[in-house]
Amino acid sequence: MSDATQTVNGDRQTLLEVEHLTMRFGGLVAVNDVSFSAADRKISAIIGPNGAGKTTVFNCLTGFYKPTVGRMALHARHGDFLLEQMDGFRIGQKAMVARTFQNIRLFPRMSVLENLIVAQHNELMRASLYTVVGLFNLPRYSRAEKKAVELARHWLEKIRLTDRADWEAGNLPYGAQRRLEIARAMCTKPVLLCLDEPAAGLNPRESAELNELLLAIRDDDQIAILLIEHDMSVVMGISDHIVVLDYGRKIADGDPESIRNDPNVIRAYLGEEEDEELPPQVAADLAQGS
Amino acid sequence: MVARAEALAKPLVIPTLLKQSVGAALITLVLTSLIVGIKTVDTNEALSFITRFPSVAWASIGVGLAYLGFGLVRSGLPLAALIASLAVAVAQGSVLLWGGPAKELYLPFEDPVVNWVVVIVAGIIASRAAVALHRGDGTTAAPAGTALGDRIARSFNRASRLLGPLLIAFAVTMPFMPFANRRVVDVATLVATYVMLGWGLNIVVGLAGLLDLGYVAFYAVGAYSYSMFATYMGLSFWLCLPLAGMIAASFGVLLGFPVLRLRGDYLAIVTLGFGEMVRLILINWWWFTGGPNGINNVPRPSFFGIPFERNPPEGHWSFNTLFGIAYSSNHRVVFLYYLILGLALLTCLFSYRIRRLPIGRAWEALREDETACRALGINPTNTKLTAFAIGAMFGGFAGSFFATRQGFVSPESFTFLESAVILAIVVLGGMGSQVGVALAAVVLIGMPEFFRELAGYRMLAFGIGMVLIMIWRPRGLLAVRDPTIRLHPRAGPEPAKP
Repeated sequence: MSDATQTVNGDRQTLLEVEHLTMRFGGLVAVNDVSFSAADRKISAIIGPNGAGKTTVFNCLTGFYKPTVGRMALHARHGDFLLEQMDGFRIGQKAMVARTFQNIRLFPRMSVLENLIVAQHNELMRASLYTVVGLFNLPRYSRAEKKAVELARHWLEKIRLTDRADWEAGNLPYGAQRRLEIARAMCTKPVLLCLDEPAAGLNPRESAELNELLLAIRDDDQIAILLIEHDMSVVMGISDHIVVLDYGRKIADGDPESIRNDPNVIRAYLGEEEDEELPPQVAADLAQGS
Repeated sequence: MVARAEALAKPLVIPTLLKQSVGAALITLVLTSLIVGIKTVDTNEALSFITRFPSVAWASIGVGLAYLGFGLVRSGLPLAALIASLAVAVAQGSVLLWGGPAKELYLPFEDPVVNWVVVIVAGIIASRAAVALHRGDGTTAAPAGTALGDRIARSFNRASRLLGPLLIAFAVTMPFMPFANRRVVDVATLVATYVMLGWGLNIVVGLAGLLDLGYVAFYAVGAYSYSMFATYMGLSFWLCLPLAGMIAASFGVLLGFPVLRLRGDYLAIVTLGFGEMVRLILINWWWFTGGPNGINNVPRPSFFGIPFERNPPEGHWSFNTLFGIAYSSNHRVVFLYYLILGLALLTCLFSYRIRRLPIGRAWEALREDETACRALGINPTNTKLTAFAIGAMFGGFAGSFFATRQGFVSPESFTFLESAVILAIVVLGGMGSQVGVALAAVVLIGMPEFFRELAGYRMLAFGIGMVLIMIWRPRGLLAVRDPTIRLHPRAGPEPAKP
């Protein structure tokens, strides 16, 4: 894997390499020959107008779609994986790629704590010897469960939901549900966290908190984050690297500063057809950012 | 001011209400005129029919009036409704109770049961009107009733720590209670069988959320496995029980594989078909299963190898000689009761425990959101197949018990209706609630057995009861879910209701 040693953004290794990714649905080409890479322990963002193919890239990465063409290689500390060859759930189980969803997908009738415990399913399954040991409540399993609760408690404190741990997840306010979904993904102990519009529906204060949470995850947990986002305050505020998609093609790739000044990006966002895509002040932000 | 405005609006309400009541009466007339109005009778070997149109007319008027009564209560005119309904209830109730000269002239219907229904409905209207009048506004008890149901379910759940052991203690001592005669123990055995089936299906439907309409297939597989092993190979019940469970579990996996990708309605249809397939195979594979005649002379259970016999062969023990008591045919009945009780409690304990294990939590997560499960690295195939297999295994256990109790199995015992009843028990009990399922089995199986005297009305009451439960408690009697693990002890912050 000579590619794995190639350095991006200074001294960090490349964690994820996407090459020539193409996804066709019948005659529609949702993603067209997109290549990019994401560095380990960095935050990378995929942005683009609606329908640019961002979520499709995510669905390919996390195994919900099988890409028509392309290679997606993950060079993690625990091994190398070719994601396009893996079953959907194995990407979470073996490659340790976790994701959240654009429309929140919690387990609404289970408690907040249970949501975080379910995320540690595979580890607990091994500890319960595939239920055999667990049925008799042997110490080996209860120890593992205690550890799982401790990890859950750690994340509950981080997202400030400790006192609501026994609520039904579906009863939480919207912003808390978003945070819980991120915490649940983190409880799988991923090496790459994929967030699909984590700031959607959050108010400015909540998205500022989200920024802090994501930076803390990058710095404390030492993992890579890949996010799709429309909220420019989040994207420009925390991303180390930005990939811009438009009509399924990559039109730009670079650090926030260069993206802000990229004429292709400005055209994609402010161009004749798509100028309704962005609220005026965000568009102004983008334009004046230089 | 608001009350004032409502009072002013009231005259406008009345014509609307009248219109709706007449509408309700007409709908009743149309629906019932042919179904109820014409009755086929068998007179002297020839079929003819009688008409009951006056009764239909009375019933339609009654429905219209009842609609009007409820409408008046709801729209803030409870006094009129109270007076009218009270008058009807008292008048008709007293005629029914004490009779009087030419009693039949005063009663709208021939059948006393239907007449009593009129009294009861009038009474309900009167009581709701009284409640509304007491509160001084137009609000009825409906929303409060739902909240009350929830509160009761919640406190039931909270008490289930206590209630469960109490119910178990009652079930264990039941055969020695003074009221326990053979019939009571028989019905209790039947109820316990359905409790066990309900708990088994609850794993598939309540926990894993896989709607299974063919559960009776596994019951059949268990029953036939036991019957064949016991009659053809002479294996004992205790050896056959795990075998039957394993065979049923492998049938569960067999069903599970083709339906992995299906959900909801589609899954229900396929499982329905699977249940029918098993029954048809049992009928048509006659040289193996005995076809429609089934299998006779299935060995009756023994007390761990010691038979229940009045005259055991020379040199052999029998249950009564072993314990030095007089022979009674009830011993076997009571033993069967304890056998199924033990099996049911095993099922209960297993489901209680497995809900707290990763696999149980994964089932519930799968029920809530399969896509999210996949993203968390949970293998949906294995998780679903385990649910099918374990649910089927308990169905197989219950089937073995059924075969040894009846001493005879035939495909007739495993019709779709059985699946529907078991599913109804799970749904009415509240999916996932153990105590709820047990209560629902008592209500759905025990009640009809005890009220056999009511003959035709039994199934009517059954249907009405189901409809009412689904209106008042659409998620089942005790559908309040308790977390399987808590961070804070119970006294901590309580989950708020939306």
